[in-house]
Amino acid sequence: MAAPSQQKVNTRALCDAPLIESSGVWSKEARMMASARAQASGLPQRRDEYWKYTRPDAFVHADVTLQASQRSSLGLFDQRATISVAFEDGQIQAAALPSAAHCTLESLSSASGLDLHWARDIYGHLEAAGQKPVQRSLAAVNTAVAREGLLVNVTGAVAAPIHIQATSSGQSDSTIHHVIKVAPGAEVTVIETGQYGARSNIVLEVDVADGGRFQHIRVQDGNERHMLTHIFGKIGAEAVFKTFTLTAGGQLTRNECVLQLLGDDASVSVAGACLGDGDFHHDDTVFITHDAVNCESRQVFKKVLRNGAVGVFQGKILVKAGAQKTDGYQISQSLLLDDDSQFLAKPELEIYADDVACSHGSTSGAIDVQALFYLRSRGVPEAKAIDLLTLSFVAEAIEEIEDSDLAQDILDHLTNTMSAQ
Amino acid sequence: MAMDDIQVKDGVDAETVEAVKALSGTYKYGWNTEIEMDYAPKGLSEDIVRLISSKNDEPEWMLGWRLAAYRRWLELKEPDWAMVDYPTIDFQDQYYYARPKSMEKKPKSLDEVDPKLLETYKKLGIPLKEQALLAGVEAPEGERRVAVDAVFDSVSVGTTFQTELRKAGVIFCSISEAIREHPELVRKYLGSVVPVSDNYYATLNSAVFSDGSFVYIPPGVRCPMELSTYFRINAENTGQFERTLIIADKESYVSYLEGCTAPQRDVAQLHAAVVELVLLDDAEIKYSTVQNWFPGDENGKGGIYNFVTKRADCRGDRSKVMWTQVETGSAVTWKYPSCVLRGDDSQGEFYSIAIANNMQQADTGTKMVHLGKNTKSRIVSKGISAGKAQNTYRGLVSMHPKAKSSRNYTQCDSLLIGNKCGAHTVPYIEVKNNSSRVEHEATTSKVDDDQLFYCRSRGMDEEEAVALVVNGFCKEVLQALPMEFAMEAQALVAISLEGSVG
Repeated sequence: MAAPSQQKVNTRALCDAPLIESSGVWSKEARMMASARAQASGLPQRRDEYWKYTRPDAFVHADVTLQASQRSSLGLFDQRATISVAFEDGQIQAAALPSAAHCTLESLSSASGLDLHWARDIYGHLEAAGQKPVQRSLAAVNTAVAREGLLVNVTGAVAAPIHIQATSSGQSDSTIHHVIKVAPGAEVTVIETGQYGARSNIVLEVDVADGGRFQHIRVQDGNERHMLTHIFGKIGAEAVFKTFTLTAGGQLTRNECVLQLLGDDASVSVAGACLGDGDFHHDDTVFITHDAVNCESRQVFKKVLRNGAVGVFQGKILVKAGAQKTDGYQISQSLLLDDDSQFLAKPELEIYADDVACSHGSTSGAIDVQALFYLRSRGVPEAKAIDLLTLSFVAEAIEEIEDSDLAQDILDHLTNTMSAQ
Repeated sequence: MAMDDIQVKDGVDAETVEAVKALSGTYKYGWNTEIEMDYAPKGLSEDIVRLISSKNDEPEWMLGWRLAAYRRWLELKEPDWAMVDYPTIDFQDQYYYARPKSMEKKPKSLDEVDPKLLETYKKLGIPLKEQALLAGVEAPEGERRVAVDAVFDSVSVGTTFQTELRKAGVIFCSISEAIREHPELVRKYLGSVVPVSDNYYATLNSAVFSDGSFVYIPPGVRCPMELSTYFRINAENTGQFERTLIIADKESYVSYLEGCTAPQRDVAQLHAAVVELVLLDDAEIKYSTVQNWFPGDENGKGGIYNFVTKRADCRGDRSKVMWTQVETGSAVTWKYPSCVLRGDDSQGEFYSIAIANNMQQADTGTKMVHLGKNTKSRIVSKGISAGKAQNTYRGLVSMHPKAKSSRNYTQCDSLLIGNKCGAHTVPYIEVKNNSSRVEHEATTSKVDDDQLFYCRSRGMDEEEAVALVVNGFCKEVLQALPMEFAMEAQALVAISLEGSVG
């Protein structure tokens, strides 16, 4: 078992002097280019419009000391048959990764030494494509320096979900880069739970070929930990891409999702629910590009915030000229359980095609007093009534999960988390 | 690009397409007035600022204010965040002051004004005569009188009905006159809503504004007629920088109209105005604009760059401001009429129709800053793009922690006519307390459920009901326009948002 890495990733220094030499042969070029991108764009600044509501400092500074903590999502999905992959302090733990029909699983660290690898065409490429129109330099830094990650090549319908369980106990920084390739007509579900490090920078690149189906369910917990994640997705014709994230814990979370619909008749869904209590800053930043005909995209985000928690949503649908018959839907809503919490949103549309339907809605407010009164008048205690109304508020986001068993697990977990609070 | 070439997708109302076509046909106001002008030397410097100040016979404090603004402007950077694209403006290649020669000696009354100037306004359809009143003839039923301040390039040509307004205690004059005659009011309020260093164009305006309108409505007075300013840019290579300051004292009311046109020229011209509204307790201002600056030709040549800062400060409790704008002109528009809802129970409303055609670019919207308790705001914005135009709604709704129990409702829809244009929405929503409710909607399928239910219960099918409710919203903007804009409104009334994209 590898010793927990206590080394701080000094992002600023990495940008100045990239350490590419020891990295794998097939990924070297991508790493060099990513390093050049990061150096050219520089690290995010507080005044950057793209970081308007979240301060990037905590992800950039070298001298942040955080402590990873006990996972609250431990045991979640245990009753389901899954293909389990464990990360401990940013390292894949199993000497031999599990094998399953219709897919291969490898660790980035062990694959790095190879001359050629299928991931070569994806690693860093989807991230690079996601650097326009705004630069996501921390994702480029990740591509340049990541040592570990899971490489999954899906060639058919994988029966059980792949479950990545990350645990961390120290104060380490983790830079993880996953690559998933879904072949034409292939299907896979990937679950990610827990925390990779006290501070993590996670990139997930997913290439879904024509007719492929990819489902992603993520549960983020923890106390102090800071987490920056990027999903870069490339979606082919008639393919389906769905991602859902539940965040219940952690001081600072920024989840970015950058998807490109490149084939006709594809469909994507990006959803999230968060329960924020106290020292909690949660940012969902989504950018969906429609570059094909008759595609559908959905963004559904629900934030429940209390005791000074801050929820941020920056979502954008870009419909390129020619992407006719696009159906874009975007909803971001917050439920503020007290007066100290904040919801900051920027739901954007940029449309260059005339035969499309794009809608975006955003609301913010307190719990509905009439609904509360109704439940109280039926004998439901106030705390329970608030929990019930909260659950019904986040339900729309959970409904985006395709697999009903997994959705039920999430719902149960949410109920338990709320009663624990 | 001619509108006839455009393929319109199914579902877009044919009448709407016709209405947009008609609007963007030949620009009606593109002629120019041959008149002898006095220009300040080209370019911008402290000397030019001093010259403008001295031309207006300004007191020393005003010059100091302008110079401070000019020095600040030199340190500022031109903003680049708007979704508009235009060649770099050479601020030294402009005239900052242009005055008809005949205005050198300020005419004592409209009778002394150069007939050519009067003719210009007559041709534009702006009533600069007070005959009806002077002859003692009752105005015909239904015809309302409007007092007009006419601004021609850098100077105010004249203001009508001043005497009658004065009887009511209302001050309505050019800002240059107000600086001379009512310095105490101007000093107190000028720059108090839009500070000198607010933004690049507002700072430029603070340094070089030449004229504009000033209105003061005393406590308890309901302004006896509608007030109006008509801006005309005539001279070539000349920027127009007007400044408007309206103060509505306690329990007063005024409805103010603003119109603007310019001749058709090949070279783009700059217009950077600042409008400040101050509302004390229980005051109400209704501010309506039909912006019809020359939009440039169909290839994007010429036109006005319209960079305007408009803001209302609802300082008093229960004060209310309503911005209504119809934006059909300008090559580039950068304009966000805003409301600072400082007083408790104050209200801000913003109704806008922005139509961009050919190569026009519009980036417009509003800011609703809720600071007081129980404040309410409502935003209804309709953007229509045709040809190769780009139309952006950009807005901010901000609920501060102390703005308890406040409410915002935003509805913004876009319609694209043809597949070479763009429609964009960039709303910012910042909620910092939980007793306030903010709703942002931008879709035909998200219309108010109650209204929808009502229509459905009366036997309409869903689609019909949605169309009715949405079109109702569009009409709502037009109905908010005062009578005087009835002509413009009529041209727009055929517009529906059926087939809107979001």
